[in-house]
Amino acid sequence: MRHRTIHLFRKGLRLHDNPALLAALQSSEVVYPVYILDRAFMTSAMHIGALRWHFLLQSLEDLRSSLCQLGSCLLVIQGEYESVVRDHVQKWNITQVTLDEEMEPFYKEMEANIRALGEELGFEVLSLMGHSLYNTQRILELNGGTPPLTYKRFLHILSLLGDPETPVRNLTAEDFQRCSPPELGLAECYRVPLPTDLKIPPESISPWRGGESEGLQRLEQHLANQGWVASFTKPKTVPNSLLPSTTGLSPYFSMGCLSVRSFFYRLSNIYAQAKHHSLPPVSLQGQLLWREFFYTVASATPNFTKMAGNPICLQIRWYEDAERLHRWKTAQTGFPWIDAIMTQLRQEGWIHHLARHAAACFLTRGDLWISWEEGMKVFEELLLDADYSINAGNWMWLSASAFFHHYTRIFCPVRFGRRTDPEGHYIRKYLPILKNFPSKYIYEPWTASEEEQKQAGCIIGRDYPFPMVDHKEASDHNLQLMKQVREEQYRTAQLTRDDADDPMEMKLKRDHSEEGLTKKKAARMTEQT
Amino acid sequence: MKRARQKVMVEHAVPQTSQENKKQKTCLYGSAFSECDPHASIDWGSLPHHVILRIFQFLPLVDRARASSVCRRWNEVFHIPDLWRRFEFELSQPATSYLKSTHPDLIQQIIKRHADHLQYVSFKVDSSTESAEAACNILSQLVNCSIKTLGLISTAKPSFMNVSKAHFASALTVVFVNSKSLSSIKIDDTPLDDPSLKVLVANNSDTLKLLKMSSCPHVSPAGVLCVADQCHGLKELALNYYILSDELLLALSSEKHVDLEHLRIDVVSENPGQVEFHTIKKQSWDAFVKHSPKVNIVMYFFLYEEEFDAFFREETPVTHLYFGRAVSKAMLGRIGLNCPRLIELVVCANGLQPLDDELIQIAQRCKNLTAMGLGECEVTCRGFIEFVKMCGGRLTQLSIMEEVLIPDNDYSLDRLHLEVSKHLGRMWFPDMMPTW
Repeated sequence: MRHRTIHLFRKGLRLHDNPALLAALQSSEVVYPVYILDRAFMTSAMHIGALRWHFLLQSLEDLRSSLCQLGSCLLVIQGEYESVVRDHVQKWNITQVTLDEEMEPFYKEMEANIRALGEELGFEVLSLMGHSLYNTQRILELNGGTPPLTYKRFLHILSLLGDPETPVRNLTAEDFQRCSPPELGLAECYRVPLPTDLKIPPESISPWRGGESEGLQRLEQHLANQGWVASFTKPKTVPNSLLPSTTGLSPYFSMGCLSVRSFFYRLSNIYAQAKHHSLPPVSLQGQLLWREFFYTVASATPNFTKMAGNPICLQIRWYEDAERLHRWKTAQTGFPWIDAIMTQLRQEGWIHHLARHAAACFLTRGDLWISWEEGMKVFEELLLDADYSINAGNWMWLSASAFFHHYTRIFCPVRFGRRTDPEGHYIRKYLPILKNFPSKYIYEPWTASEEEQKQAGCIIGRDYPFPMVDHKEASDHNLQLMKQVREEQYRTAQLTRDDADDPMEMKLKRDHSEEGLTKKKAARMTEQT
Repeated sequence: MKRARQKVMVEHAVPQTSQENKKQKTCLYGSAFSECDPHASIDWGSLPHHVILRIFQFLPLVDRARASSVCRRWNEVFHIPDLWRRFEFELSQPATSYLKSTHPDLIQQIIKRHADHLQYVSFKVDSSTESAEAACNILSQLVNCSIKTLGLISTAKPSFMNVSKAHFASALTVVFVNSKSLSSIKIDDTPLDDPSLKVLVANNSDTLKLLKMSSCPHVSPAGVLCVADQCHGLKELALNYYILSDELLLALSSEKHVDLEHLRIDVVSENPGQVEFHTIKKQSWDAFVKHSPKVNIVMYFFLYEEEFDAFFREETPVTHLYFGRAVSKAMLGRIGLNCPRLIELVVCANGLQPLDDELIQIAQRCKNLTAMGLGECEVTCRGFIEFVKMCGGRLTQLSIMEEVLIPDNDYSLDRLHLEVSKHLGRMWFPDMMPTW
């Protein structure tokens, strides 16, 4: 019996390597490709800023266009998802719903509800994993049923697993011809809405456009730029460019416009062919593996995106200071390095990972001692590649709440930027008010004399704020707080700590166990007295 | 339980005393499982003291305290001295601290009933002066104690430094004078001074084995020399560089002195802008190591790049080196030349020039090196692999930040971890920061 199928796009907004869609086409006499735009559901799951709405709508438009070219169409149906499914299953006599398997709790719940509907209304549900490199269950199994909690351990488990799942073959026009498209006229009814239809503010100038086509083009450009595809020559561009990346790919992975598996195998082929030539930097494949790591931990850790009730996260009494949070969020900290970063983030929706490290450290353990959850929400709203597990995981990392334990390394908001970009090009671009300061002062303009400030056309305190904290004082104070927390919650910190290879960590362990030895030498006492 | 107690009264007419305890020990199972009377039921309330004691030793204090109010016998066991040999007083101000605090009633009870039993005592305090003062107050009351181990631990800011010298000294004196068998003392970051050390030595010179007094600014070279001269059993010592002297090393190497096992030296600028440091003569180090050939000499440096000139100009027998701030390339070069006993090296930060040559020299000349950690430095992949190849499997600990490594013509980061794993004989990865 051939099905009448609704294929539900959630993430996975692409046609290449789409296992669920392929399965739908192979098993059906008619396929309705549907995207349910349930605004209430989406905004309750994650904050979505204007830039990401634009990116999403562009991706949907691109998907629609690609489907049309293959003789099908995309139906964007607005409304509460359960009602939408219920209505259309009945209207179109649906016998099967296919969708991507996703690991976020809100998506899991959605799938469970749809399955319940399936029981009730008599349709089957088929979900296939397409968003991660490996089958997460296998990783958990190999690690004894729990997620590996350190990146090194994770890499070790992967080395045992071997290669990731291979991408499925590309869809062709034939696949679509073998089953009927949806009725004519439906596409008109359910077209991709415009931003104005959804009352989203018009787009500001962002260099990122959403969609599978754009993503694939960037991918080719990325590999070509680096010269690997053509002639395996050394990369010409500085890998650590802070300026908007013309070849960055993270938002496309996070929305599923690009398949991580396809990209992984593409890179592996390059490695295989280029044995003695220079290779793409590890950061390319590394980015995929970090993503996989956080996905894996998130899938098996309750309350992963919160501090309370999160077993791997240090419970820290962060300060509640709405005014200071606001200044960080709106690029008014008085530290040009931080403010330039937050400005680029708001204007374009993407910042380099070093910039993310600096901004996150400043907000949390470095200077302001404000909760990483607040920072995570801001990034969620503003970042194009905001992703449930990756965003939370990185914020816990950068605030040293989990995974990262060298808390004495606090990034200095002056020195870190200067080391990355000594002439301050980045600052001059995003904070034009400061562009006339000589490089000597641009990272700490308050140190310039009144005369020099006049010359630069910017008086600190009037045209640009004074620094909101004394970094040395704040960071020293925070170091003490962090030290105390770690004393108290030693066991939690140990959960996500890799100490086998770090002499300092081993020393700490030795010191702790030294105490243990003398304890054992005394009467057979308990640890807790 | 009342009924049980009555049973006790009936079956064992005489209440338990410690002599009875000893008798019972010889028929351990007999009385507990009533071999004598096969029809008597097993009754928790009538377990012999030493059995309850054994069980109590597995319970945390809070549960033990609860158990102690169940019946008189359990209460008696709760107060057996064996359970009060070791105690850690946790003192903190709840308004500002995360640390849980030992209940004041419990503190009072201990001082009243168990001060005599305490042998291994530590005080863990938060960063408030009140907590440190409370610790001193408790110390002052431990008059009839025979303490063997004493630890004063500041979990955050060194709050003992805010206590008046006089108050602190008098509290310590109580313990130093009365214990007469102190063997291990950890009092880093306190206002410890020379007179207190004299008192310590006068009363405990035979028993003192471990003394940790880093960052005690009131101690002078003469003060610690007094300790070395008199306490011939001293095996572990931790202090700051400014009180280390040739005389001290020689005193620790005298014939009467046992082998020293562990010497920790913190090198800090005592005064802001201090750039000059005194040097220790090579002969003093030689004599020291000759006397204690297995000694671990651990040095922690918290200086800035320009301040290292005085160090390692001659052969120095240091075994563990930690650089908490930046360290100059020249200094690392000298380490390669002059530290043949080096076992562990941790470098937090260096400049922007690659450290290839320095690392390779260290691999060649520090044949005992087994552990290395590199933070914000620069090393080419090729240089790093050569370093690891030279060290081979003896490097049981190797930690380097991924961003430190500079890819070059020969190696990229991806191949590097495989090469390094090969030479080390185990799976190895650099320390990585997420890219997203």
